[in-house]
Amino acid sequence: MSVITAYARARAVAAGVAQPIATVRHVHLAERPLVFVPLTLAGEANAPLAAMIGTDAEKPTLLTVPQPRNRDLRFAFAARLADIVVPYVDSFSHEVEPLRDTVCAVDAPQLIVPNPMGIEFTRLLGRSTRFRRTDGPYAVAPGVPLLGRWLTYFAERAEHPGSCALLALTDALSLHWATGQSALEDTNLAALMAWIDPPAESSGAQAAREAENPKVWPPAGPATDPEFDNQVLAPLIRAYDTSAPDSPARQRALDELEQALASQLEPTWHLMWRGIAHLRSLPPGVSVAGRWAADRRAFTDFHRYVSEGGAPQPRRDGAVAAAYRLNLLERARTTYEAERAFDDPLVMATHRLTGEAFQGTVVSVDRERRVPNEKGNLVTRPLVTVHTKDPVRLPAGAKVAAATRRSQTGLIVSVETVPDGTLVTLELSGGMGRAKVPPPGSVPALDEQLCYSGVLPENIPSPALPPVEETPWTHGGPPQPYEPSDEDAAEVWE
Amino acid sequence: MQNDTDARLRRIRGSARPTRHNARTIAALTGNPGCSRRTIVDTAGVDKEKLARHIGFPSRFGQSEFAITRTNAFQTLLRADDYAELTRLLREVFPEAPEQIQYLDLEATDNTDAQDQRYARDQALISQAIAGNTGATLFDHPLLSLNVAGQNVYLEPELLVFQYGGSAYVVQVRSFAVIDGQANGENVGQAALQAAGYVLALRQTLGNPDAAPPEVLLICPKDFSNVPTITRLDIRWQLIAVEYQLDRLTHIDTLLDALPPHLNLDLGLDASGNPTRPATELIDALRHLPARYFPECLSNCDLAFFCRHEATGHTAALGRSVREELGGIETIAEVLGFAEGTVAPPEEWDEAAALLRGAAWLYAESVAAAAYSGESAALGPSRDSREPERGVS
Ligand code: SF4
Repeated sequence: MSVITAYARARAVAAGVAQPIATVRHVHLAERPLVFVPLTLAGEANAPLAAMIGTDAEKPTLLTVPQPRNRDLRFAFAARLADIVVPYVDSFSHEVEPLRDTVCAVDAPQLIVPNPMGIEFTRLLGRSTRFRRTDGPYAVAPGVPLLGRWLTYFAERAEHPGSCALLALTDALSLHWATGQSALEDTNLAALMAWIDPPAESSGAQAAREAENPKVWPPAGPATDPEFDNQVLAPLIRAYDTSAPDSPARQRALDELEQALASQLEPTWHLMWRGIAHLRSLPPGVSVAGRWAADRRAFTDFHRYVSEGGAPQPRRDGAVAAAYRLNLLERARTTYEAERAFDDPLVMATHRLTGEAFQGTVVSVDRERRVPNEKGNLVTRPLVTVHTKDPVRLPAGAKVAAATRRSQTGLIVSVETVPDGTLVTLELSGGMGRAKVPPPGSVPALDEQLCYSGVLPENIPSPALPPVEETPWTHGGPPQPYEPSDEDAAEVWE
Repeated sequence: MQNDTDARLRRIRGSARPTRHNARTIAALTGNPGCSRRTIVDTAGVDKEKLARHIGFPSRFGQSEFAITRTNAFQTLLRADDYAELTRLLREVFPEAPEQIQYLDLEATDNTDAQDQRYARDQALISQAIAGNTGATLFDHPLLSLNVAGQNVYLEPELLVFQYGGSAYVVQVRSFAVIDGQANGENVGQAALQAAGYVLALRQTLGNPDAAPPEVLLICPKDFSNVPTITRLDIRWQLIAVEYQLDRLTHIDTLLDALPPHLNLDLGLDASGNPTRPATELIDALRHLPARYFPECLSNCDLAFFCRHEATGHTAALGRSVREELGGIETIAEVLGFAEGTVAPPEEWDEAAALLRGAAWLYAESVAAAAYSGESAALGPSRDSREPERGVS
């Protein structure tokens, strides 16, 4: 939350419609994302009840579990889900392009779920299926453990700031629009969309209130509406339970269950595609393709690992792996934040307001300035002075970069208050080639408009961690590579 | 004085039976200690759920029968065969405890009038067990009392108390799963906060702050199974928080003194328990009770939809952090007026208003800049898209 977004929320209340807080799209949207709307049975840790899934808005597949407490039926659901997810994922592995001494898939799978709870569901479903075995006493269908590995992969990517392998649509939308309600209420997809795209002749506020009524807009899952559970679902499950297998009564119960669950899923299904279309209407930010390339690489690596028969992800990371991972995520976060601001003046506005970035006009340039570096060699270090009316709070010595000249770093030499603003003088390095005199255009010119930001990808040093094999005993000792045990394969899922 | 207060609270509640506090209501109350409306309504024992429904703002805290069935099954499993599972779990935490744990189910057969006696009995039983410091005893459903806004209230006995080694431990059974040693953080946080209420109540009931250690023994299903697992949770921090917030609750007498003398929230229940009092009268009465709505109320309080409606146009309705970012300014109209310079801010808002003007200016400028550059946003300086981590170097 920032003052700019808070102000945009206030504007949304007055306008009766959500206000933009981004001018470009900061998430990658795949050409054919796999939209996944899961439902779970209330009270259970992770009992799939139904799902609507597919890459085509017009052709969703409906999966249901007539008795979610039945282990065999759960695995049947997992197997059918695997039959959709695994081929979808695999379809991206064929077309590759060279990358350094290896190759990288030209595109990657993308899973979109309605909300953050959908991500959690995905993670848990991955956890409850990836250790299963396809042989022995508790054998499951061949796709199930693969499904588990992939769902786990998606859920882990989702923790990675800027990754778009698995998106929660409410998060993606809230990144671009501020509604006239609270962030908590924004997690309701129907209410959020009501603000972003209110029906004709209705204000966002009104439409959002209506969208909160579970009878009109069934919840986007994974939790279902308790009233639906009690009045519709429970009697139907009972009818299924009490009917004889293969009897007409059972068929009727099955049909009715499918219908009832479809009625709960369909509104969300359409909402998902509407939300995605809305996001697509924004032009992508400049850095989006770069971040997606990281997702493509991660996909390529993991796909190779899985096809070589790699073991399922362990229950928990070892101490060293966990520390590396945290460091990696933190670095990704600062990079993501910096890139978003560079891509989008409206995001940059937040930093300008707090004085961490400033926009202004170049009033003087010393292009050919050369100074000795630590080794005594002369290097080109032009000086540029920018006049700005923004409230600069960056001190001398701070590092900045300009949105339009990202590969060049500026070191603030002085900050001077003048009657109509502030003069900031910067020493530039990088992005000028090797020539003694920087080629034209490689250094800002007089009168050029520039926005310099001090919010940069932080170079968080990797902690001095021991190699994984030398994990000290205080942190559990070197982790044994995770070998799923018989117990894992047989684990109850009730 | 206490009798006066009691009488007044009874009048506010009217003919209905009082609803009891429980760990959830205490946690919710301390989550929003500035809300006098809730303090009064809860302390008077008004049925908020019924009230909200009757005035046209029904809450949505319905429970699915699937969840209820599962919770009940888990509770039953723990108590089956003379508390065999509970005994096993407790001995996991206290391996030195005797193999035979004494257990006492104190659950009452719905007789609310005898609350005082029941409380006295439970208090005596637990105190004796602690003083005797003998063996290990498990008390199921003991009735505890806690001072809330200067009023002693009974808590719904949804807990177990385990006496061992002269200490009384709060044991809570929850039905969220602990998977690979980890549970949903929000669920654990809530459980810890609620347990804190019980620990405070236990200390108060026993008249001895040292009797109940600052921890809770949390019992949850393990992984995807129904097998229980026990976790010993340090709740020192939650205890400090809840105690502090309880202290901050305005004394009920002060709150009552500020109300019109005849104000009451009597629903006028008929023989079958349906409210007959005109909703408008109740809404009028509620408006006399100062509320303090925040979006968190939506997950904590039955009156939330009513209060949210009332808070329309207020910055608090957008969330605490939004309100803070807007400098604490109360209404949307003021925010926009200050931001656009159409309303002159009073002196105390000078700084907040200046920041808002800056925000408004930057917002307009950035949106306009983007519109101007139009599609060219996608034509900005290109970077090698295969090298994402090179970034700015
Ligand atoms: S919903 Fe209303 S009564 Fe309840 S805590 Fe919030 S403001 Fe107070």
